[in-house]
Order: sequence, then structure tokens, then C-alpha cells
Amino acid sequence: MSAHASTSFDPRKHVGVLAERVTNVSSTDFPGYSPDEDFSWNLAKFKKRLRVQVKRLSSRSIEFDLIGVDASVANALRRILIAEVPAVAVEYVYVWNNTSVMVDEVFSHRLGLLPLNIDPALMEMKASATDTATDRNTIVFKLQVSCTRNAHAPKDSIDPKQLFINSEVLSSHLEWVPQGEQADVFPQLPASTNPNIVLMKLRPGQEIDMELHAIKGVGKDHAKFSAVATASYRLLPQIFLNPTKPVPPHLAEKFAGCFSPGVIRVDPRTKEISIDDEKLRTDSVSREVLRHPEFEGCVQLGRVRDHFIFHIESEGAYEPQRLLLESTRVMRQKIADLKKAAEALMAVNVDDEDVSMADA
Amino acid sequence: MNQQQGPGGGNSSFLPPPRQEMEYLCADCGAKNEIKPREPIRCRECGHRIMYKKRTKRMVQFEAR
Repeated sequence: MSAHASTSFDPRKHVGVLAERVTNVSSTDFPGYSPDEDFSWNLAKFKKRLRVQVKRLSSRSIEFDLIGVDASVANALRRILIAEVPAVAVEYVYVWNNTSVMVDEVFSHRLGLLPLNIDPALMEMKASATDTATDRNTIVFKLQVSCTRNAHAPKDSIDPKQLFINSEVLSSHLEWVPQGEQADVFPQLPASTNPNIVLMKLRPGQEIDMELHAIKGVGKDHAKFSAVATASYRLLPQIFLNPTKPVPPHLAEKFAGCFSPGVIRVDPRTKEISIDDEKLRTDSVSREVLRHPEFEGCVQLGRVRDHFIFHIESEGAYEPQRLLLESTRVMRQKIADLKKAAEALMAVNVDDEDVSMADA
Repeated sequence: MNQQQGPGGGNSSFLPPPRQEMEYLCADCGAKNEIKPREPIRCRECGHRIMYKKRTKRMVQFEAR
């Protein structure tokens, strides 16, 4: 942590957070910014600065720090996570019967939003909407549920779950129908990641009979294909205490109350103020401290410009720790495509094109 | 030329296909009913006067969007 625990505001490294505005937002480490410094991109330098630290990992979410990259790179990774990492979702619904209260269109839409546990790497993307469905690009589910009265229900019960059988259509009612070689290819049974999602409610006599086709897609086509539940980052907050103007001891507790809990430590005896470097990342940078005239000049707020605290939640097939790798894979593929296109452009003979402007 | 000949127009051997019995569902009790010409539309079970047409037996495709 000490690598970032700077004692003073550095406009090259930090974004300033003032009462009514932010300063030094843009990075300045690019070639030609300052005359006597070399800011050209250098792999060895980049490798030295780049760090990824996982701070928290659970089965559904991850929090990690991405340090030493420009905002453009961090933002590209975030946007790719949301819009371009592929995922599998229900796309076509074939309805034979639906006597429930929910109309077919609305129910189809709900089915599309179901998170499925199918690893997209095991499937191929359909080349176009009219592409034929094969066992490589389509997963088939049957959804056949009918509601009946429960003859063994307790006499005075008013609970629909006791009175009726199948009073709710749940995501666990989806029944996978293996096609072709799929039974051997998929290691785990394709289903929803959560078996308890209520899709709709039924009453005796109502039934649904449908077939669902799930395909692989990307989030920029429809949000249901987004591989993440959320993917966001924030910059690491910084608090610079002014050594020449310490916080008066009788105001120490009030000072600590201006920040998120635990960020400011107050010595119980001397009422001296210090910053908890581990908790600093949780600060909300509310700027409350800047509202009080008694703290004027005691403190300066900022953020570290190249320290991104990523927070990614996964609700689908990907384990959260896999998502950053998937987004880098997609980004590298995009860069490779761009390089190929640029090289193709260079190879074209441009002599007789509109370059002759200088001669004319 | 053939298109101008309407059904039954001059062709004496043309017979309309046998009328399929159309079943309707009572809006109140859900019983199956038939509606016959020149007869009041009324449920045989409960006397309700609103009937629903049955859903098609054909498959209907939707996009989950």
C-alpha cells in the first residue's frame, strides 16, 4: 500500500477533488507534453508499473485493483465486459399452449432474461439470424408446466403452494433436451444459474407448453447477453493531511466523522489523526470535510489517476475471476483485427488516389 | 381464367368441406360449448353469454426480446 501513500498532492499522479470542482482530470504522461521528458510507450516501463491485485473474491463477484494503466485501457476493459464478452441466453420461444394470465410476448421476454449456466466457450455464435440452428449453436429446453389442485392439501389452508400443484413456474422447470453430440460436450447439465426464479404464477386448469432455443450473443445486441451483472471501476481515493496545520484535538472526532467509517483513525489518548491505508479505498469522497471552515487548509482530497478499483458481478456462466481474462481476450482480438485492417490499408497502392493534391 | 371462377361458380361437382364443429370456451366456467346458427349464445353449463375462441393448435414463434 505504501507505493501510493503519498504525503502531498502531485498533479501528475492525482486528480484533485475540490469543494465544487475536480482538477487535473486528464493524464499528462504522453509524448511531447513536457519538453525534456520521454513519455513514449515502453513495454519494460509498462510491465514495471502494471499491477493487478485481487482484493475480494466470492462465487458471484470480484473486487480487484488495476494499477498502472491509462483510463482509456481500464474503460475499454469495462465496456467490453458489459457489451462484448459473449454469453448464452434464450432467444427463440416456440409456443404450443399458454393458458396462463401472462401473454406470450411478455413471458418470452422474461425467459430471455434468465441467466443460464452454459459456458459460451462450448458454443459457436450464429453467423446471422437466418443461420440454421445446429447442435453447435443452439441449446434446446422444454417448458411444460400445468397447474392442478392438490387433493392432499390441508383443509383450512389458504397458501397457493399447498392448495395447488405447480402454482408457480420456476426456472428449475426448464428441461434440457440434448441435441446431437451435446450430451457428451456439456460437462454440467444446462439450466438456469438460479433454480428459484419465479417466471410466472399458475392456477388450476392453466398450462404452458413451450420450447426454448438459447443461443450465444453479445451484450451490445441485447442486455440479456451481457456476461456481467455489473462491471464498474472507481479511482482510489487519497486524503492528504497538511503537516503544517494539524486538526485541533477537540475537533478530531468531528473530522473523522466527515469520512467513511474507519478511514480516519483517531488516537484515543493524543487525539492525533492518521489515515488507515487499508480502509482508504472504501472512502466515498463525500467532500463533507470541505464544508466546515474549521478544517480549511487541514486536508486536501484527491484520487490516484492510474489506480482503478474494479468491481465485477457475474450472474451467468462465468466465474467472476474469469471475466477480466475474457475481456482482455476480446480486446486482443479487436486489436489484432484492427492491425490486419491497417496493414491491408498500407498494402494498397495509393499513388493514383487523391494523394496528388500537393502536385495539383 | 380459373381464378375468375369463384367457389361454386358453375362447377356443380364442388362441395364445401364438411363444417368442423367449432368449440368455444365459456368465459365464466370454462366449459366447452358449440355455437349454432339461430340459437342464443349461451353456456350450457352456467348460462353465461360470453364465449372465447380457442387458441390455435399450431405452434407460434416469439423472439425473447
